[in-house]
Amino acid sequence: MEGMNVRLISGRTAVQGQNLDSKLTEKYFGEVARCDMNGNDMEKLGVAKEDTVKVTTAYGAVIVKAKQDDGNPEGMVFIPMGPWCNAVISGDTHGAGMPSFKGVDATVEKTAEAVLPVKELMRTYMG
Amino acid sequence: MVEVTDVVCSLCGCVCDDIVLEVENNEIVKVKKGACSVGKAKLLGHERIKSPAIRENGELRECSYDEAIKKAAEILYKSRRSLLYGWSSTVCEAHKVGVELTEDLGAVMDNTASVCHGPSVLAINDVGLPSCTLGEVKNRADLIIYWGANPAQAHANHMKRYSYVSKGYWTEEGKKGKKMVVVDVRKTMTAKMADVFVQIKQGKDYQVFSALRAILRGHEDVVPDEVGGVPKEQLLEVANMVKESKFVMTFFGMGVTHTGARHNNIVNAIQFTRAAHLHTKASIMPLRGHYNVAGINQVCTWETGFPFAIDMSRGYAWYNPGEQSATDLLYRGDCDAAMIIASDPGAHFPGESLKHLAKIPVIQIDPYANPTTEFADVVIPAAVSGIEAEGNVYRMDNVPIRLRKILDTDYLPDEEILQRILTEIRAMREKEGE
Repeated sequence: MEGMNVRLISGRTAVQGQNLDSKLTEKYFGEVARCDMNGNDMEKLGVAKEDTVKVTTAYGAVIVKAKQDDGNPEGMVFIPMGPWCNAVISGDTHGAGMPSFKGVDATVEKTAEAVLPVKELMRTYMG
Repeated sequence: MVEVTDVVCSLCGCVCDDIVLEVENNEIVKVKKGACSVGKAKLLGHERIKSPAIRENGELRECSYDEAIKKAAEILYKSRRSLLYGWSSTVCEAHKVGVELTEDLGAVMDNTASVCHGPSVLAINDVGLPSCTLGEVKNRADLIIYWGANPAQAHANHMKRYSYVSKGYWTEEGKKGKKMVVVDVRKTMTAKMADVFVQIKQGKDYQVFSALRAILRGHEDVVPDEVGGVPKEQLLEVANMVKESKFVMTFFGMGVTHTGARHNNIVNAIQFTRAAHLHTKASIMPLRGHYNVAGINQVCTWETGFPFAIDMSRGYAWYNPGEQSATDLLYRGDCDAAMIIASDPGAHFPGESLKHLAKIPVIQIDPYANPTTEFADVVIPAAVSGIEAEGNVYRMDNVPIRLRKILDTDYLPDEEILQRILTEIRAMREKEGE
């Protein structure tokens, strides 16, 4: 299977909150650079926990680690709020002032590419 | 070892004020009572920015406070349109100087509400907010609704101190005498605790609020069999719970503000609360994230008339979120310098907006290094408000609380850093005038 069409949402987690002031640490990286998916979706994509997946939207692509969470309905993926999720979010707020952080059309596919550490991810904006 | 009681937490909008710490040799060694896991992590401390620094040839070079403050003042003084953004993790005394600085520079001042509860603020501008204090929730509410929010992870003490699990004057049985409804698109940790979990389709909040309003107003007949993925029977069940409760309290989070109709979702949530007034007492409140995001909205409103996204370039306050909000300004490339204080757009802004932040001179004022530091040309470390500096903050229900100073430090508080930048800028202007 190439890529699966999904809806992307983001949000807080407890560990993300615990590391709000230590975002350059491995703990934050491990918590936030990940993508929660329903187990059935993971099976369809052929990915297991800790495999890397590529999440692509009209605004960019990002590599994150897959994690199973059956609380997520099929067809929806959750990336904790932070630099990795925001790599694929539009800056255009359509005059509302608030970007669409949730409900973004995306595709998810299995990849062999590695997740970029936070400093390297920031460097991609420096063009 | 000294035990310090009644410590106030400077992490999230709950601003818990009953924390007990053990302090030894000017260090917090133990959080004995009161803080959740997120607050505890902050109180126990993280690695700090060691020294002020200025970027030269791509690398940060350590320098004195004087040199960093002078460089920051130069950047802002030379800028034709700067963005002063953040403010939600510092005290109101710093906000006040921030407004003065914005006015002096003719800059744009925006705060983290613009990527959090900005739509809630717009909705409240439109239709008002029938709200109350968290104390009233604790003492009165017997039906709690969390909509698009996951406090079990994001505001971990909220249920215990103020809502579902708390015991109050008329809620002496605590959880036993209460019901909790959670509305969300996914089964979160909070949803697993709910008496009723309403799982809606992503982006359908507006429709579900409308259906509940219709039922509460006696127009059940117009509601179809399913709305936004929710069966009509469940909507009727929730509406009945509202009718039968003595006091219903709705808390909403970014599941509602970040999605689809944005501020219109909140307008509808407020109208749902008003429809509940036909049957019972009802109130509604945004679950604010940063401990003083409500405070910066307060200070900006009393100083300029507007709560966020304020443009002073005309010589008076101009308010048009969507045009002057920080992400929009950056996305359009409409500012030529930025001062980021007490927040981290590097982590929390869309990548498309960060491309411009990476191009312009950036001043960062913060206790901790974070993704924004990668873009910073001047880094000014600050004292941690609520641990090393005191000041006033506003809890999510707009109750003012004073943060205490627990530890001594050589780091300067935000207020002093800002005041010194402003003094430098005024001196530069005076010198040029001569």
